[in-house]
This record gives sequence, structure tokens and C-alpha cells, in this order.
Amino acid sequence: MNLLEVIGISKRFGGVQAVKDVSFRVRKGAVKAVIGPNGAGKTTLFDLLSGFRAPDEGTVRFQDREIQGRPPHEVAALGLSRTFQNLKLFGHMTALENVMVGRHVRSRAGMLAGMLSSPAARREEREIEARARAEMAFLGVEALAGAPAGSLAYGQQRAVELARALCAEPTLLLLDEPAAGLNMRETGALAEQVLRIRDRGVTVLLVEHDMSLVMRISDEVAVLCFGEKIADADPRSVQRNPEVVRVYLGED
Amino acid sequence: MAGFRLPAPARVALLAVLVVAVQLATQASGKGFYLTQLTMTAYYALAVLGLSLLMGYAGQISLGQAGFFAIGGYTAAFLSTVDLSAGRGGAGVALATRLGLLLSRPDLYGGTTLGVNPWVGLVLGVALAAGVAFAVGVPVLRLRGHYLAMATLAFGTIVSAVVVGTQRLGAADGISGVPPFPFLPGLRIGGGGADRVANYYVAWGLVGLAMLLLGNLVGSRTGRALRAIHGAEDAARAMGVDAARLKVRVFVLAAAMAAAAGVLLTHYVGGIGPSESSVMKSVRYVAMVAVGGMGSLWGALSAAAVLEFLSLRGVFGAHDDAVFGGILLLVMLFSPDGILKIPARGLLERLRPRPARPGEGS
Repeated sequence: MNLLEVIGISKRFGGVQAVKDVSFRVRKGAVKAVIGPNGAGKTTLFDLLSGFRAPDEGTVRFQDREIQGRPPHEVAALGLSRTFQNLKLFGHMTALENVMVGRHVRSRAGMLAGMLSSPAARREEREIEARARAEMAFLGVEALAGAPAGSLAYGQQRAVELARALCAEPTLLLLDEPAAGLNMRETGALAEQVLRIRDRGVTVLLVEHDMSLVMRISDEVAVLCFGEKIADADPRSVQRNPEVVRVYLGED
Repeated sequence: MAGFRLPAPARVALLAVLVVAVQLATQASGKGFYLTQLTMTAYYALAVLGLSLLMGYAGQISLGQAGFFAIGGYTAAFLSTVDLSAGRGGAGVALATRLGLLLSRPDLYGGTTLGVNPWVGLVLGVALAAGVAFAVGVPVLRLRGHYLAMATLAFGTIVSAVVVGTQRLGAADGISGVPPFPFLPGLRIGGGGADRVANYYVAWGLVGLAMLLLGNLVGSRTGRALRAIHGAEDAARAMGVDAARLKVRVFVLAAAMAAAAGVLLTHYVGGIGPSESSVMKSVRYVAMVAVGGMGSLWGALSAAAVLEFLSLRGVFGAHDDAVFGGILLLVMLFSPDGILKIPARGLLERLRPRPARPGEGS
């Protein structure tokens, strides 16, 4: 069963065709990677999927709902959670508070309930905190809970951002270059974390540069080049695809 | 802010103790007349607190806060001074009187005038400000940084120009002769020495209530979402925060607080003039939030209490506006995080257990 189905989406910025008639599917429970050289349109693709940009053409179907053009908070409410290539943590808030924001979409206390600190709001607040701590523990960063997010080391910030995305209890997790800036040991830990996330039943779609990571954890790999998809198969086949080797792997 | 903090109710209790102590001190030292300025200070502080929520937490600047204050104040002044006694025979006026929407009161010449009940003015003034804030906020809050500052500045300028240019609002003279506000039976918000102590407690009681509600709010799910918008709006949106909607709601809340403050202050001092709507007043509110520190309701309250009181006592003399402009300039240059926050933060940092490093166990 396909959790996400992308059908013929295109996006143009002025004279640049960032994404051109791209279609692909993500099976429920799978880890799928989108790779491609710099400027291939990977981040634009993510923005189209998560509601930060609307495609010029095409359909994005998530759990049998068309979501293209919907704003990010609505997409998030449907169960799609994302991280950012250039870490977007709330620097002046603690790591725990950052992760708690991830729970926004699964909680409901409004402005008035917050002002009055109603019993329901307080109960929900305790649940949010417990869930956030559990997600931090899941990724091994629970000890950082009280630290201002801006003061954390890069790898720690990555983990906090991942915990924040998980705290939303997503059905589909979008990871935008999760290994960027990580050292080899941290990348290894990340690979293991992604597989554990998948084992929880969360489907993962990632954009990544690190080929060894992609080949290790992905069930399927799609390759973008100048906005177009040139391959989409299991990692071994993709590695052997002559066009992929020419435009991408050959560059290294 | 991370780590140790007193819960909101405890802080409000502390505020209450301070408010009582100040009142007793003025009484003991024979400076009871200070209470008049202290009461006015409390109302201005309400407007500053609304702005603190908008600027310090949601990260959205507004140079139009005085505009909302004036909308409240002028609505109250206009409605409570308009004389409807000519329409006394009419069915509409009779019905409105029966419902308590209109109140008659003695005029200067021994007759009576029939004006709108100040409670109606309060409700309408706040509703009008909230409605205008919504209409202005929806398009304007899509702007950021300087653009938002300029757009709200333009709004403030419009309110000010309308007020000065409208004869029914007293033009350059403003509106005077505004009656007291019947707050509770036997307790009216208005000038006059007899009610001075009671008025002081009413005004600061409202500040305490605002601090309690806003303190709860900033610590809640909504407050966290506001701070998230300030920190990284895109990430907040990706986490399901409807940033556009939330910003508008806080803008409306801040406007409503300013308007309520404007209504009550107008009744307290018995009138309102166009200077309340001036852009310099908005700059002053921004300066107080900035001095108190972004993201600090208590800082904003402290700054407002001290600076506004000094200003009302005339300490800054004829250079009042210049002083506030200068304060804002200095804060932005040397301590954009505010000046009240720095020592407090250093102190808290020392009291607070340091976050454990990974690997040190949990």
C-alpha cells in the first residue's frame, strides 16, 4: 500500500525548472531515499510535499488525500512531519521545549484554556512533557532536556530536531539531509535510529547526500537530476544504473 | 527561559505584597497624592503588557499600540459624554435606559444628562479595537521586520490623524468631562481624593490579574507556539502551528488590552486628548518592552512601572518624548535583550543545576 503518491509534480522558479514532472511512491512502512547532485531539486521537492510551496502542476496524495497546496500546519496535522536541512531549532528555548512544540499538532489546549490554566490544559501539558521526554530518551538525548537548544553541539541539535519531529507521532517522516554535518560515528548512530523509527511503524522519506547511509538503510532509492527523476528502484539496481553512475556517482 | 522560575501565582502574590507596601509607604510619608500617578501607571502598564506578549514572545513589533489605546479611550469618552436626553421621549432611548445601557447623571447646571453606561463603552471600545486589530492584522502580520514596523506605524499615524481631525472627538482639545466608571457598587473608577486608595488597588488588581493570565499563557501550549514562531517560524509551521492565525490572535489580544486600559484611564482622569494616540506614545510602549527585555512580562511590567511613574511625575520635564526615544536607542545599541534581564539571568544561571552532558548518565 502506498502511503504517499506523487504524480507529475512540477515547480518552476522564474526561468529555472526546479522540479519537472516527477512521480514516485512511498510504500507504507518503507524507508525511501531521494538522492541527486546539488541543485537537483531535492529540497524543493520536500517543500512541495510538506506544504511550504505549492506545485505548479501535479498531485501529492498522502493517505488517499490530495495535499498539494495545503499550508504546512494542515499537512502536519494529517501526519506528515519533517526536519530541515539547515537545522531549524528554536534556539532560545530548551531542548525539551523544542521537542514539546513537536506535540503541538497532537494537542489542543487553546489560548483561553492556557490563560486560565484549566485542569484539562494542565493534564495535557503533563502528557506533552512526558511524551517529549520519551522521544528524547528514544534518541538518547534525554540528558539535554534543560539545555538551551542554541547551546547544543551540532549532532545533538540534529537529534533534538529529530525528536521534535517524532513527537508529532507522524505516519510519514521527511528527513532533509539528516546526515549533513555529522561525523562518521554520528552518521552510524543516525542510520540505526532511522531503522528503529521505521520499526515503530513510521514511514521515512529522506533526501540525502551520504551514499553509504542511503544504501544501508533505504528500501528504495529515487534519483533526481536537474529536476527530473532518472531512476527509482532498490538500492542495488540504482547503484548499477549506468545513467545514475554517469550523472551522480561518477562525479565523486 | 529555561530552568528555575517562580510559578505565576507566586509571582503575582509577590506583586500584591509590593503593591500594598507602596500604598502604605505613601500613606506613612504623607505622599498619598503619588497614588494618582501610580494608578495611571498601572493602566499604561496594561497596554505595555499586551505589547510585551506580541513583541517579546511572538516576535512581532507594533508601533501602533497607542492607536488601540486611543480607540478604547475615545470610544469611552465619546459615548459617556454624548447627551441623549433630547431623545428621552423615544422608544429606543426608553428601552436602552430600561436595559441599563444608558445612565443619567447630573450636569453642571443642575439638570441631568443622559449618557451611555460606561460598561457599554468598555465593551464597545474593546470590541472596536479588537475588530480593527483583526482587520489590520490579517494583511499586515504577513509582513516581517521593518515592513511590519512601518505598516503598524502607518496605522498609528492614521488613528492619530483621524482623532485630531474629527470635531466630534474634540479635535486638538480632546474630550473632557468624562464621568467616573461604575466599577462596583460604591466603587467608581474616577478622579477625586476620596476614591484614590480604592482606585489604586483596582488598577493594580487588574495588572495582577493580567500578569496571572498572561503568565499562565506564556507557559502554556500556546505560549510555546508563540516563542517557536519567534525562534523559527518555518519550523513552527512544520510542527503544526498555524502561525498566521496565532499572530493575528495575539495582535488582537494586545490591542484589546490597550483598549481596555485606554477606556479605564480615560474614566479615571476624566478625559482623553490626542497625545494618547500619538506615535510617540507607541514608541514609548515599545521602549518599555525593550528595557524590560524581550520575552519577559515581569521585565516589561517593571520597566513600565518605573519609567511611566517617573514620566507622570514630570521627572523628564519637557523632554519626555526625547527621553523615551533615547532610551529605546540606547537599549537597541547596547543591550537588545533588555537591561533588566541581564543581572537576573546571571543570577539564575548560578542557581540552576547545570545541564548534564551526554554520557554522564541521566
